[in-house]
Amino acid sequence: MDVTVKNVRKEFGDFPALHDVSLDIRSGELIALLGPSGSGKTTLLRLIAGLDFPTEGAIYFGEDDASLKSVQERNIGFVFQHYALFRHMTVLDNVGFGLKVRKGRNRPAKPDIEKRARDLLEFVQLRGLEKRYPNQLSGGQRQRVALARALAIEPKVLLLDEPFGALDAQVRKELRRWLREVHESTGHTTVFVTHDQEEALELADRVVVMSQGRIEQVGKPDEVYDRPNSPTVFSFIGESSKLPVSINRGQVYFADRPLGLDAQGSADGEAELFFRPHDIEIVEDAGVAIVGIVAASRRTAGTRQVELEVGGAKERVEIEIPVDHPATAQTRIAFRPKRWSVFPSR
Amino acid sequence: MSLAPSSRRGWRWKQPSVIPGFGLTLGFAIVYLCLIVLIPLAGVGWRSAALGWEEFWRIGTDARVLAALRTSFWTAALAALVNAVFGVIVAWVLVRYEFPGRRIVDAVVDLPFALPTAVAGIALTALYAPTGWIGQFFAPLGIRIAYTPIGIVIALIFIGLPFVVRTVQPVLEDFDREVEEAAATLGANRLQTIVSIILPALFPAILTGFALAFGRAVGEYGSVIFIAGNIPYVSEIAPLLIVMRLEEFNYPAATAIGAIMLILAFIVLFAVNLIQTWSRGRYGHGA
Repeated sequence: MDVTVKNVRKEFGDFPALHDVSLDIRSGELIALLGPSGSGKTTLLRLIAGLDFPTEGAIYFGEDDASLKSVQERNIGFVFQHYALFRHMTVLDNVGFGLKVRKGRNRPAKPDIEKRARDLLEFVQLRGLEKRYPNQLSGGQRQRVALARALAIEPKVLLLDEPFGALDAQVRKELRRWLREVHESTGHTTVFVTHDQEEALELADRVVVMSQGRIEQVGKPDEVYDRPNSPTVFSFIGESSKLPVSINRGQVYFADRPLGLDAQGSADGEAELFFRPHDIEIVEDAGVAIVGIVAASRRTAGTRQVELEVGGAKERVEIEIPVDHPATAQTRIAFRPKRWSVFPSR
Repeated sequence: MSLAPSSRRGWRWKQPSVIPGFGLTLGFAIVYLCLIVLIPLAGVGWRSAALGWEEFWRIGTDARVLAALRTSFWTAALAALVNAVFGVIVAWVLVRYEFPGRRIVDAVVDLPFALPTAVAGIALTALYAPTGWIGQFFAPLGIRIAYTPIGIVIALIFIGLPFVVRTVQPVLEDFDREVEEAAATLGANRLQTIVSIILPALFPAILTGFALAFGRAVGEYGSVIFIAGNIPYVSEIAPLLIVMRLEEFNYPAATAIGAIMLILAFIVLFAVNLIQTWSRGRYGHGA
């Protein structure tokens, strides 16, 4: 089921949570809404679900205008961060609830509901826990129950609000891989919200980067990581260093020295240079390079992270150098980014 | 100093705990309960025991006493039941909606606690008497409220209302909105959500409120005697009978009736408690 968000605006009282957001989600896609807290990602998810209604704009499920439908009519599966299980019901009853509340002919017979619930519990690898109550399960198990419950109604769209946010790192990794498998075997259109970029990049077909109620960039994980289209995206996704530079005739200058970097079409004037700390090369020739003095360094796994004071100690940038590089405190290092982006100063 | 692991098995008076003061607080709790609750109640038992079994049985099975006990217990149960239903609705309104005067309504709920019960009784009698503001509409229909057991029930509803509201309110406030939303995304309409999701979650609190309202109503005296009319075998409550025996200086009879009430009330409250323990274990409260 395609989902189309068209020019949606949402205000809570006077507070604008979303400004004119449009988004096309293709059938069967796994989409991540990624952004810091307060970026409007959960609001967008709730609007798609029908738990909130847009102030302006519309949301289409396929050709149908879903904005006119209640949450019950939309037939979506929703998974909450804190599971939201029915604590007075057994795991089996939780999973079967969505079928049990159906009316008339749409409601399957009791044995069929139970069979479907059992099948789903098997699918989420919780066989044998049918008679347990939610408070007798671990966090990871609860979230599996919540997912089975959402899948029971054969939703057109599966929506997950920070589904792994309340779990510890180990379980989170495991469930992440598992969700990918679930998505591949069910083929549901799936949208999940996260503030964890690693999660978004690893799991999603496409990532929607949001900030302050707007969509900053939509693209495949490689696109948003390698070709961020704004300073916001660049600094939010992955490690980044930035320097205030100036552009003159298509060349990047820092502290009045040319860096030998192309300005990528930026107009002359003040600008900001962004690069990844690991995407640099150390050069011998200090003539066309960024030169800095090591202010601090720390070892992380396979590399050494070094903080450099550049431009007469006014700026600090972080780069990664090989562990065997002889740099120590107060050493001068000259480097040049291998990949970079230039954005005009705002 | 011995560092041997403390592997003393079996039952122990005191479980190891990092919270200090177990001995002190338990001691205080027991002394306090003895002084305030247990010794007076034991006095009732002791006094009525002085009667001897036959005399006790004779007083207990006296037709008038039995009628009064029946009236006391069924009116209290009915009033607590009515409160359980309407108290939940009041709590629901106070928690779920914002409206002008909500805080005032919230405060009004506690008034039955503060008002001298005799004042309440007189006010209710004036209202529900056949010539009263409300009673006048029922009188032509042949329904008498004041001076009948219906009047008793109304007085008991009045004094018991805060118990249900105040026990249900905090539970409802803490109720996770996401759980309701989850039910909605699964296709449940409002009625289904309330009946199969919210009410079961409130059930232990409603039961607590019911037990408190019932307990309070069984022993209620001040408000009831004004509105009940106190007709023997019809609208005479057991506490009134006790007072009458006291005024006749028939202390043993008074304590006997008191002891019977105590036993019956204890049985009812204990049963409610058992249901509560069962439902708590099931729904995972506290555990």
